Amino acid sequence: MFPMLRQIFRTGIVSEPAPDADETLRATTQRLSEVMLRQLGRALVIRQIDAGSCNACEQEIHALSNPYYNLEALGIKFTASPRHADLLLVTGPVAKNMEIALKRAYDATPEPKLVVAVGDCGCTGGIFGESYACCGRIANVIPVDVSIPGCPPTPLQLMQGILAAIVPEAMQEEKV
Amino acid sequence: MKLLNQTIDFEALDNPAVTSYAARVNAGELLTFCAAARKAKRPLVALWGSDERDRGEGFGFALHTALDLSEGLVCLTLPLAAENPSFPDLAPIYPVANRMQRAVMDTIGAMPEGDADRRPWLRHANWPADFWPLRNDAKDAQFEAQNEDYAFVRVEGDGVHEIAVGPIHAGIIEPGHFRFSVTGESVLRLEQRLGWTHKGIERRFKGMGLSDGARLAGRVSGDSTVAYAWAYAQAAEAIGAVTPPPRALWLRALLLERERIINHLGDLGYLGNDVALAFGLMQFMRLKEDWVRENARLFGHRFMMDRIVPGGVSVDIDEDGKRAIAAQCDVLEGELHALKDIYDDHAGLQDRFLTTGRITPQLAETLGVIGLAGRASGQCWDLRCNHPCAPYDQLQPHMQLEHNGDVAARALVRFGEVKASLDLVRKILREMPDGDIRSEVRSDANKRGFGWIEGWRGDIFVALETGSDGKIRRCHCHDPSWQIWPALEHAIIDNIVPDFPLINKSFNLSYAGPDL
Repeated sequence: MFPMLRQIFRTGIVSEPAPDADETLRATTQRLSEVMLRQLGRALVIRQIDAGSCNACEQEIHALSNPYYNLEALGIKFTASPRHADLLLVTGPVAKNMEIALKRAYDATPEPKLVVAVGDCGCTGGIFGESYACCGRIANVIPVDVSIPGCPPTPLQLMQGILAAIVPEAMQEEKV
Repeated sequence: MKLLNQTIDFEALDNPAVTSYAARVNAGELLTFCAAARKAKRPLVALWGSDERDRGEGFGFALHTALDLSEGLVCLTLPLAAENPSFPDLAPIYPVANRMQRAVMDTIGAMPEGDADRRPWLRHANWPADFWPLRNDAKDAQFEAQNEDYAFVRVEGDGVHEIAVGPIHAGIIEPGHFRFSVTGESVLRLEQRLGWTHKGIERRFKGMGLSDGARLAGRVSGDSTVAYAWAYAQAAEAIGAVTPPPRALWLRALLLERERIINHLGDLGYLGNDVALAFGLMQFMRLKEDWVRENARLFGHRFMMDRIVPGGVSVDIDEDGKRAIAAQCDVLEGELHALKDIYDDHAGLQDRFLTTGRITPQLAETLGVIGLAGRASGQCWDLRCNHPCAPYDQLQPHMQLEHNGDVAARALVRFGEVKASLDLVRKILREMPDGDIRSEVRSDANKRGFGWIEGWRGDIFVALETGSDGKIRRCHCHDPSWQIWPALEHAIIDNIVPDFPLINKSFNLSYAGPDL
């Protein structure tokens, strides 16, 4: 026990401040009402779905939970079931073999739901494109609210995109 | 030349990085040679098919079998008929051939003969049974996705029930389907159904230039991008008849060992997490992040994607960088020592690790388990030691072996390999020669090249062939997970369902890699 406590004490708190939301990653207008967003704060439950990625994006999504990025401290956590989720964080491209599973997970997620497409492949189909085995980008299969490009996107870019999905659309307000 | 006292006359290939031999064989010779290799306890490396009908009259399809012999890599090519192609079932000799044969069946439409397992593997009813994507005459097409009724093997008896898991798993994991047959908590049988992330990579390679292919090869399995890129580069360099400058090879080894360390750190963390020691996860993920950030700072990418290119590397390191890495090695070594002591002394962790998910050395040999999982079960397979390419012939790494074959053994091999890789990194920093880091690679028409690199999971193999236009005609990338996945089906037998995530993580196999 003491070596463990010593290690924790020696490490200290390494968490870094979260980045701001990146509004440019938004693909649609904010679908959640102002009232709801205020209620929600930044509390958010994410279901991650690998729809056919090479697994590099998964590594960066894992990194979000490490002590540096400490996503959970923002009130954002990952869940095992789409039925408990507010947001689907989907990596792609969507493999043909995953098309039905992805649609089912989307249908199982309660409204109002958000979808964030992760990585160059999730945003455009990337190097794999569309073929007999590949449906291409996530938006070809389910509606997407925010797209985070990158091969793979860094944890900071992922946070900026996830936050963009749940903050009020300031830019949009200004226009009104 | 002759190998294993067999009659086949092999041709030595001009493949500088990988000593390789090839021969054209008939079905009888293939079976006899594989049986002889198996008797000599040599593993199957890869099995793939190709369409050779465009070569003219008398050509049909071909089945290629790569074996690991003490002399080097051996590739046996069996010509197959143009109409209703079939080939002898190799699974009775090499059990791991089962899924590879089914992939050949799904992609070029050549059938394994006799009692072979002919259930589809990569094809999940989402394209027609008579659409073979790797046949030259297969048109670009998209089909309606459909539900598949896969013939799982049923276990029957009092109180037996099934638990179906996946394709979407509970955590942040790649998709796969596991069908457990259980009584109470005990697992009687596990059957895997993979192929969910099949993206048609092999078809995608067709017609690409050698340098575009390198990007794609680096994205077969993202966690092993460096190893894939190196194996692909070796194959491309054999085609272009180019040997990269020595400094480039040492830099490649530096990147590969960093990739090994990073992945092992992540796994050691998750193994702690799976036995409810969140402390372990947080500590190891912190260390992993430190190394990943240093990759970004020194090499411009957190996972070093596209840093190894045909002909050499795209990044160099200066004296400041070397000093930074050396300092980082010292820090990690101290932390690793402290954390290993904590893992070793943690009764709860050891209780869950020890005797869980065992693959005995005898079973590992029967199944043909390779790579890290093989080394945890006493199987001496590590390309860096058995067939060292430069600079490993000078680095002379020490193979990390354990014999218990349980979760604890796989964790110990990882601890040992991180330590060994730290020593290798230091040695590389000290002894790396000066000079250029890249030579130009020009593609050549109708050539073949092999690449073979020990990634952190096991050996990654690439077979690359150019057509008459110098573009890629066929590229097969082989992930070691092909050979290790079947062992997981055995490791879980008689263990309890709640230990499955732990056992699975102790192997940490790639889904994207073998799904292709």
